[in-house]
Amino acid sequence: MATSEMTITKTADYVSPTRQRVMGILFLVIAFAIWYFFSRSLEPGIQTTFVLTPGGSETQVPDWTFTTAPILNIFAIMCAILGGAQLARGFGSRTNLVLAWVVGLFVFSFLAWATADSSLNVGGLLRSSVGFAVPITIGALSGVLCERSGVVNIAIEGMMLTGAMIGALIGSLTNSWIGLFAAVATGGLLGLVHAVFSIKYKTDQIISGTVINIFAVGITSFISARFLQKYQDLNNPDIFPVWDVPVLSKIPFIGPILFEHNLFVYALFIFLIVLHIGLFYTRWGLRLRSVGEHPKAADTLGINVFRTRYMAVILGGMMAGFGGAYFTLGSVGRFDEVMTAGRGFIGLAAMIFGNWMPFGAFGAGLLFGFTNSLAAKVAILGVNIPSEVLLMAPYIATMIVLAGVVGRGQMPAADGKPYEKE
Amino acid sequence: MTNNEEQPQKVRKTFIQIFVEEVSTSPLTVTVLAIVSALILGGLLVALTSEDVYAAWGESPLAAIRTGLQAAWSTYVALFEGAIGNPARMIAALQSGEADEIRRAFNPFFESLNQATPYIFTGLALALGFRAGLFNIGAEGQLFIGAIFAVAAGIYIKGLPPIIHVPLAFLIGALGGALWGFIPGILKAKTGAHEVINTIMMNYIAFRLSEYLLRGPLQAPGSFVPISASIEESARLWKFFGDPVRFHMGFFIALFMAWVVYWFLFKTRWGFDFRSVGVNPRASRYSGMNIVVVTVLAMSMSGALAGMAGANEVLGVNHNLAVAFSSGYGFDAIALALLGKSHPLGVVLSALLFGALRSGAIQMQVSAGIPIDIISVLQAFILAFIAAPAIIRTIYRLKTPAVYEEGVYARGWGGD
Repeated sequence: MATSEMTITKTADYVSPTRQRVMGILFLVIAFAIWYFFSRSLEPGIQTTFVLTPGGSETQVPDWTFTTAPILNIFAIMCAILGGAQLARGFGSRTNLVLAWVVGLFVFSFLAWATADSSLNVGGLLRSSVGFAVPITIGALSGVLCERSGVVNIAIEGMMLTGAMIGALIGSLTNSWIGLFAAVATGGLLGLVHAVFSIKYKTDQIISGTVINIFAVGITSFISARFLQKYQDLNNPDIFPVWDVPVLSKIPFIGPILFEHNLFVYALFIFLIVLHIGLFYTRWGLRLRSVGEHPKAADTLGINVFRTRYMAVILGGMMAGFGGAYFTLGSVGRFDEVMTAGRGFIGLAAMIFGNWMPFGAFGAGLLFGFTNSLAAKVAILGVNIPSEVLLMAPYIATMIVLAGVVGRGQMPAADGKPYEKE
Repeated sequence: MTNNEEQPQKVRKTFIQIFVEEVSTSPLTVTVLAIVSALILGGLLVALTSEDVYAAWGESPLAAIRTGLQAAWSTYVALFEGAIGNPARMIAALQSGEADEIRRAFNPFFESLNQATPYIFTGLALALGFRAGLFNIGAEGQLFIGAIFAVAAGIYIKGLPPIIHVPLAFLIGALGGALWGFIPGILKAKTGAHEVINTIMMNYIAFRLSEYLLRGPLQAPGSFVPISASIEESARLWKFFGDPVRFHMGFFIALFMAWVVYWFLFKTRWGFDFRSVGVNPRASRYSGMNIVVVTVLAMSMSGALAGMAGANEVLGVNHNLAVAFSSGYGFDAIALALLGKSHPLGVVLSALLFGALRSGAIQMQVSAGIPIDIISVLQAFILAFIAAPAIIRTIYRLKTPAVYEEGVYARGWGGD
């Protein structure tokens, strides 16, 4: 359609005047909200305590206590100034960065207001956010791999679910390492199926993904009901233990949040770095991206489009299988029917939110993980916000991003289009 | 004269050829073989996961194969009896003439029709979308919203006669679904945001919304579980028989809607626009069709049909709303609509098949101990074979038709 063609050809730096004004007004509204809803309702002199050390961590940081109302007023003024500057002059290509800051200030103000006159373990909240972010981000990385090569993958959910089940089953029969390996292999196998359907048979890639998702729900629940529930020994794998990274975990505040986890979190960090360098600084990545942007040109230059896509989709499947193993071998220690509960689809959302970039996906994954973590805590905070509303936030945010309100992502140009060799 | 002598022979030969060609290139053959192959693979799955088979393997491989065949056979017998009924019992009941026993004997058949009803609605929703080139993965969410709207109309509107209350609640449910379809539709038309992602997101928003409502405003007073109050007596769809048969009016509404969708798609100017946009949006735009209106209208109508499925379940079967009350009617509908070639008649037939499978599987779970989830596996196989007919053609050595009908249903993320 005309509109979409136009927006795709726009450069990433361009910010339309309308969007600029909308953003400025949004910042002002947030400033007003911080003052009206939070700061105004507080009695002067009331204090908030943020505990910065997650529970059970050895790297202690003193708690942070501050008088709530003045801090919130300062934040409101900061947001107002940013809003005014945006309206007057505009931040151009840095608008999204400013938006992130404003949203961050708003979330901070909300937490400070909700815990006024008591304390909140912010360190614990952030550490569990990282945990929640793992399957989401790994799912998103799976999507990045596939879609950068031009194959849409909505089967991440199904690949993760199957990986989780096989990981639990094989992990119980042997040990967790072999279980993890089996989960990765299963994901790769489903990736191969997706690749054969969408590359060889040129099936609609969304239908192919749907086939895998339906199959995954069916087969995992079937095996679970037939075997895992009957023989508990088959569904009792060991969880990978928490392992503190020697030096890094001693960094105050950040250390316990990022480096007191198990294998999966560290693997995620490695995947992020390897994938980022691989995609953007190696010949392998250049070829993979060229196949996703303009397969015909890539083919003309002698790149084997089909082989590249096969490789990318199989690797993506393995990645999703690894992410699935997190549920059974990294967090719960048991397989439950449909336990991924849409995490693969949030991963898809995180991929879009993160603009098809590994670190962007990680940022989105952290953000979505944070809402998950907050939703789990909101009952404890005693704030009258239903946790379901918080859990909706990632989906709504993704739709807003997709609609181009917060700047349109640059998706691979040939994403979802089967390649016909002439 | 020589020509005349050769003629009959030639005709006979070509007749056989034509017959073989017709059978092997007919799309119906692929459809039938897809279903048969899926059932074979499902039987294989049952045999491979049966412990008896492994026990028999210890004796001899032949015994294992026999046990496996028996396991698969008894599964499908249980499936059939669950879906249609036990023929012997049905005949005996008819001979005895007892109304109660007849109802019981024929209940599986009517229960299959009951299960097919939401499938017809959601299948039509997907088919309508496919025809307009839209992939509505959000039927499940639209179904939930339709159910929420319908149950609210059934609970809070009081004092109406059934003749008004029933259609009103049903239409309010359709309206809810239409709203949930309208949002991704307008986003697609105005911003190019792909409807697949937006409808997936809308699904999860709908699930969370229903959880919130059922733990809050809609929760039945005094209830500790997330479940709504029962709807008013006047809002319930009419049932035709006494207990235990739950067969109700909704089935005929679904058939009527199938006719409406057929009439709309193939007999009206708007339907022509829909199909034209679905085949080639660019050409349609240059010929003066309003793509924005078609996209928004198609998504809204698709949503309305899915919403009717939710209304049907609430007003006809459950009479209240519980968390996760739908077990994937909206997702199964993707396979169903493709199996039915996105044609209303095909959708009705596929829905009857899927309804029978589901209803039979519930019975099978009880009598043969096979988990109901096997029908998801069967559906995945059917969908895979329908979506990639080349697999079926290769396995059964069918000829590829000269004019290869290839359905392009969704396009890249960027719209266009």
